[in-house]
Amino acid sequence: MRLPLTPKNEYIMKYADLAISDPSQLVYGVSPRPLKTRYGLNIGGGTIYPELNFTLPNMDIKPATLPEVYRHYRQIAEETLKRAAELEVPGVVLEFETLPPMTEHPEIGLEVVKILLDGIEKANSAYGLKAALRCTPNDNREFIRPPLMRSGRYWEAMLELFEKSAAAGAELLSIESVGGKELHDDALVNGDLRAVLFSLCVMGVRDMRFLWEHIVGIAGRHGVHAAGDTACGFGNTAMVLAERRMIPKVFASVVRAVSAVRSLVAYECGAVGPGKDCGYENPILKAITGFPMSMEGKTSACAHLSPVGNLAAATADLWSNESVQNIKLLGAMAPVCYMEQLAYDCRLMNQAAKDGPEDRARLIKWMVESDAALDPQALILAPENCISLAQAIVSEDSHYAAGISVARKAIGILRESHQQGRLRINEREAGWLDRMEDELDDMPESEDEFIDEMMEEVDLEKFTPQDYDLPVPAGAQVHHSHSEGSAPGCLGCGSH
Amino acid sequence: MSKLEDLKTAVINGKRKDVKTIVPELLESGADPVEMLEQALIPAMSVVGERFKKNEIFVPEMLVSARAMKEAMKIIEPILIEAGVKPEFKALIGTVEGDLHDIGKNLVATMWKGAGFDVVDLGVNVSPAAFVQAIEEHSPHLVGLSALLTTTMPAMRDTVEKIRGAGHDKVKVLIGGAPVTLEFAREIGADGYASDAASAVDAAREILAS
Ligand code: B12
Repeated sequence: MRLPLTPKNEYIMKYADLAISDPSQLVYGVSPRPLKTRYGLNIGGGTIYPELNFTLPNMDIKPATLPEVYRHYRQIAEETLKRAAELEVPGVVLEFETLPPMTEHPEIGLEVVKILLDGIEKANSAYGLKAALRCTPNDNREFIRPPLMRSGRYWEAMLELFEKSAAAGAELLSIESVGGKELHDDALVNGDLRAVLFSLCVMGVRDMRFLWEHIVGIAGRHGVHAAGDTACGFGNTAMVLAERRMIPKVFASVVRAVSAVRSLVAYECGAVGPGKDCGYENPILKAITGFPMSMEGKTSACAHLSPVGNLAAATADLWSNESVQNIKLLGAMAPVCYMEQLAYDCRLMNQAAKDGPEDRARLIKWMVESDAALDPQALILAPENCISLAQAIVSEDSHYAAGISVARKAIGILRESHQQGRLRINEREAGWLDRMEDELDDMPESEDEFIDEMMEEVDLEKFTPQDYDLPVPAGAQVHHSHSEGSAPGCLGCGSH
Repeated sequence: MSKLEDLKTAVINGKRKDVKTIVPELLESGADPVEMLEQALIPAMSVVGERFKKNEIFVPEMLVSARAMKEAMKIIEPILIEAGVKPEFKALIGTVEGDLHDIGKNLVATMWKGAGFDVVDLGVNVSPAAFVQAIEEHSPHLVGLSALLTTTMPAMRDTVEKIRGAGHDKVKVLIGGAPVTLEFAREIGADGYASDAASAVDAAREILAS
């Protein structure tokens, strides 16, 4: 399937309306387009389920350690699913997010997929537990610098793992894709909104199209679901940098809003959810597409800190812990402990929903209000703000325009909330709202103009324009030797 | 205020245009480039580093200053080289094999440059052999290794082993990255550890002096 382009080669947005336009309908456990799995999970169909994510303890992955690697995953599946059954969860998703060598060598990743599927099957016959597997290969394309985005051994190996996992029965296919990140890290540390827009809405959108057409094709061939992507390497990098006071939180909040434009493309290409857990932009996408979404918050503190611990649950259809190592805690192995935490969180949410829409609304209000006033990154993801941001996106007809529009809307929401005393913004950050707005005011009318301007400014050593269908400016020398390793970073030489 | 003070202030405030006019004026009036470096540029970046450490400014503001300093260096570096003045220290830095995280490493490189070190950045996913080769090519005083993944910490150990194994006993090795600790540095035979970019300059000077 090819999505349409304008005569000017602009990418057209597929969604023109919202699937959910009333904030009171943007709630956990319910999405307009739920998704059924083989063992009978109905994700978004009224019940919120845990999605458990796990990883290896500190260890090497090499031929000699593979038996140990597999033993860990076997143990994780066995013990966590047993605990899930004991807690009588209505269903559970396991997410296998590979470690880079497991995608680089797809046979390793595939073996783990088989182990986990076997665990799911056994738990079903032993306890009648309903479970499904999400498989998330690594996007290793950036191991070569500049990355080879559309060919090469990393690309091939990634597709192979997708294809074989799907064939083996992994029902949900996801990825944390990296297209556009070549310029985005610098954009973040330079606080450069213009470069953020270029990375996410021009480069990111183009790569997402290319990548997701492949993933959707693979899912279709094997009767599984192309689930969704996340702007993890963009929005969450910004969030962590903001958490460490390296960049302003208001800037990270705007980056989050803009990142939704990029993640949306997976659904434009045919992904059907559930969106990937670490995509904190997911509630915006749920409002636009109506597909179910996975979210993570306080229960992912084992992996990284965030300012949205409670609020993130308000709109989730799966509730995740991001990643935890298989190490021993006092209660049990860590993944078992986290299964339990997720199960209890979901139990509470499902109970409130069972008691009726008013009780559910009250719980959601508490989740949202306990976080929203304290951090702009939380406020921006409150349900009514997600609807406004979603509206700003679908009101435009190109991703470029949508990026500018959603950034402007995010700034507006932050400014207004600050003025009305509903949000605390640190004094040092307040000036950044004006700075960002000025940058938006200077954005050119059309995407073509923007591309022309940016292609003169950007570092052409960092990415391959052809991989993004971008024109190489006349006179520019692009002499890439795609090398594995050695790409000097240049924080000190941004364009502003 | 003296012109040197003006230069220092311009770098602190990240005023690249001012830097571009002040530096040539200083040179015209016979100022010594070494003095400019030691009394204006490096102290300016150390003020900026301090401000950042105290959470008074964000990284983007720090980088604006770094670029202003770079502007000055573009003008005075050729003169310094001509005069045979070498930077106090030469450093290599890179993210170890298997690891692509480089935001932190890049910040450390920026701070080292701000302190007047001559820094060669080897990038990410740098193999132990590539580190050794670069040491042989550049003869640095200092090598910085970065790792953000627990799964690439062993690569850090391999790198230190290969460096020592190749007979480069004098070059100091400083390591860093979120999962790395001082204890780990000791364990793998590195000379030191720094927890963040702001302290990476002091840590480097300390091990270079020892
Ligand atoms: C941003 C980020 C990414 C970005 C990296 C972008 C980039 N260009 O660097 C992307 C999205 C690409 C990424 C990818 C992955 N990541 Co990552 N990432 C992070 C994150 C969120 C922040 C890192 C960061 O930039 N911090 C900000 C900088 C400024 O801080 P810093 O790096 O610590 O550096 C400071 C100090 O450590 C020190 N320092 C650093 N280096 C050096 C060197 C010297 C010489 C000295 C003196 C000091 C020093 O000074 C720096 C400045 O103050 C961390 C979370 C975390 N808690 O660290 C996860 C994290 C490191 N990533 C993780 C993982 C698992 C991955 C992936 C494997 C994910 C996946 N499944 O694909 C891939 C691996 C890719 C690879 N092969 O490297 C895990 C690691 C877990 C583990 N077992 O080790 C973490 C901890 C997240 C988590 N909790 O799950 N990641």
